[in-house]
Amino acid sequence: MEEKFAISIYVCNKPGVLVRLAQTFTRRGYNIDSLVVSPAHDHHFSRITVVVQGEPVTFDQIIRQLNKLVDVVHAMHHSDTDVVDREMALFKVRVKPNQRAEIFQIVEVFRAKTVDITDNSLVIETTGDSLKIDALENLLGPMGLLEMVRSGKLIMKRGLEET
Amino acid sequence: MNGAQIVVEVLKQQGVEYIFGYPGGACMPIFDALVDAPEQKIILVRHEQGGTHMADGYARATGKTGVVLVTSGPGATNTVTGILTAQMDSVPLVILTGQTVTPNLGKDAFQEADVFGVTMPIVKHSFLVRDVKDLSRVVNEAFHLASTGRPGPVLVDLPKDVVSNEWDEDFKVDLDLPGYQVQTSGNSDSIEYVAELLSKSKRPLLYVGAGAVISGAGKQVQKLAEKLQAPVTTTLLGKGSFSEMHPLSVGMLGMHGTAYANKAVIECDLIMAIGARWDDRITGKVSEFCPDATKIHIDIDPAEFGKIIQPEVSVNGDAAEVLEELILLVNKLDTTDWLKKIDQWKIKYPLKFPKRGGLRAQHVLVELDRLTGSNAIIATDVGQHQMWAAQFCKSIRERQWLSSGGAGTMGYGFPAAIGAQLGKPDDLVVAIVGDGGFQMTMCELATAAIHKLPLKILIINNSYLGMVRQWQQLFFDNRESGVDMEGNPDFVKIGESFGIKGFHLRRAGDVKKVLKKALDYNDGPCIVEAVVVKADNVFPMIPAGAAVSDMLINEPPKSQKMQKPVGST
Ligand SMILES: Cc1ncc(C[n+]2csc(CCOP(=O)(O)OP(=O)(O)O)c2C)c(N)n1
Ligand SMILES: [Mg+2]
Repeated sequence: MEEKFAISIYVCNKPGVLVRLAQTFTRRGYNIDSLVVSPAHDHHFSRITVVVQGEPVTFDQIIRQLNKLVDVVHAMHHSDTDVVDREMALFKVRVKPNQRAEIFQIVEVFRAKTVDITDNSLVIETTGDSLKIDALENLLGPMGLLEMVRSGKLIMKRGLEET
Repeated sequence: MNGAQIVVEVLKQQGVEYIFGYPGGACMPIFDALVDAPEQKIILVRHEQGGTHMADGYARATGKTGVVLVTSGPGATNTVTGILTAQMDSVPLVILTGQTVTPNLGKDAFQEADVFGVTMPIVKHSFLVRDVKDLSRVVNEAFHLASTGRPGPVLVDLPKDVVSNEWDEDFKVDLDLPGYQVQTSGNSDSIEYVAELLSKSKRPLLYVGAGAVISGAGKQVQKLAEKLQAPVTTTLLGKGSFSEMHPLSVGMLGMHGTAYANKAVIECDLIMAIGARWDDRITGKVSEFCPDATKIHIDIDPAEFGKIIQPEVSVNGDAAEVLEELILLVNKLDTTDWLKKIDQWKIKYPLKFPKRGGLRAQHVLVELDRLTGSNAIIATDVGQHQMWAAQFCKSIRERQWLSSGGAGTMGYGFPAAIGAQLGKPDDLVVAIVGDGGFQMTMCELATAAIHKLPLKILIINNSYLGMVRQWQQLFFDNRESGVDMEGNPDFVKIGESFGIKGFHLRRAGDVKKVLKKALDYNDGPCIVEAVVVKADNVFPMIPAGAAVSDMLINEPPKSQKMQKPVGST
């Protein structure tokens, strides 16, 4: 059975590093679900959060293969309770002015935000863990959801320890 | 100075003696800079693949890093096979490739190839240098990465404008590799645990691979084996890490290993990998590989742990350092019965071959081994002759056996021998090649001839792609398909056209005489073309993907239907 894993990777900001990471996953048959890359506090480095799907038996070994890459400073897997995890999403919904109220109610309950309104559309922004975003997607689906874009999962280790 | 001069200066500082090169537009500035640097000799090869294998053979024979310099586009892509070969076998290479000027990158400029991208999955690391200011650091990093930890090929792509630009370089070496750490000393607790597991073993087996050769751990392997009184088997690339003449040696294991090594694998209660990676040519069917034996894994590369086999304990470190510590913690084991059993297997199932029916490759190789006192550096190509050489040419010291194991690259052997002879001018170097593989890189006869290298080229000519024919015979109902080497040239005449001495060997009775003549010939390279029995087979054999216990010690009767290999190539 395949499972999902979130991995944090701290890399040198050098050309090709992303391709090398992607190749490592691809060669071992892992699918990349989401991938977030951004400069770290020290701009010579980047932090990457990647969510992959694959066989749990090979997982530790893949982490070691990632760590073996010359430009990877460290790659780690964290349990859900050790980290804060967040994801952001935007939803575009086709909606007539007279149906807006129902959607606003959902937005309210989810502590989401409406960030764009036209005569026949809304763009909703939300932040939260991935499950919350899945739930919002499910609710908006039958209500005229046109587009969804998700940032992908971000994780950060709780406390002083490095992610 | 310009970028090219900076590169050449770094090569000098790195102690490079030979550059295996082939010029072209994009690397002309570097060739130009080399005119003023007589310390680094350019070996002008005849094909970039050959050049890469030469650098590889040089590196395997000497332990130093091999250097390749080629032009962009086709020059660079011609090195790909050589890079894969080096990557699979952990050989330190630095490959410098010319590249189109930076403003042209990505625009399909003349002779542009994205070699940085093409080679990414088959290098230890690679660089594309965009600024002359980075050159000195990057080339130094390339040498550091290639030669430390688990060695491997490192490619540096050098755009022509970058190597043409001027820069006042001070050559202060500050490597910038924060993601690269090498663990050489093993964890002491783990080593103690290894010693404890060993102390409980009645039937231990040391399984030694290329990592031990690279580490230079031969002495430690011998000390450990003798102290424990444990038998030692080596992989194809581990040959030489432990003398095959030693009474504790059971020779090579795996697909074409000795029957007694493979029987020891089946019956051991503990197997300890030292710089070896449980390759599928060794384990066969993994689920049936030593299921009851305790597995121990010592490796410099932690990514090997649990990749194929989950060991009871792993030690991440340099083989020589780890063994040095381990030796202090172990005592002699009671292996008398175990060693007796192994000796009986050696008597009952020796390596053998039919003595009649014409000239046999094995006969030639046994005689070669005898006449050279097992002391030659042997570079092989890939195929039946390679496996026979592995079986019958004994390795007694490190860096004496050069063969493409992981990649199984035909065309490797002869150029590798050239590189080895350049690096080891006082050693006897013999290339053992097949008629098929030799034709893939035989253009390098010119390279060997010009430099008057005294190497011997032994061509085992069976007029077949013999190893493939063997598989067709055994697993595909003897339906021969695309294996007949009809149209082979007269290899002696080919040699003559390069001014190279050649000898035909056609009769079993002439083996000693002809080999002696070749070994005594010292005016440059010479060829021995041994025209051998066409349809001979290599045994023992563990069919690919089968369990070690399914080993065929001898040729199965024609009536026995064999299953097609599964689970592996
Ligand atoms: C570049 C390359 N192509 C194909 C193969 C597959 N292959 C493995 S052994 C072999 C036959 C080699 O024939 P030859 O060189 O005559 O050696 P022999 O087996 O006859 O001793 C082939 C085709 C390979 N290993 N490398
Ligand atoms: Mg042949």
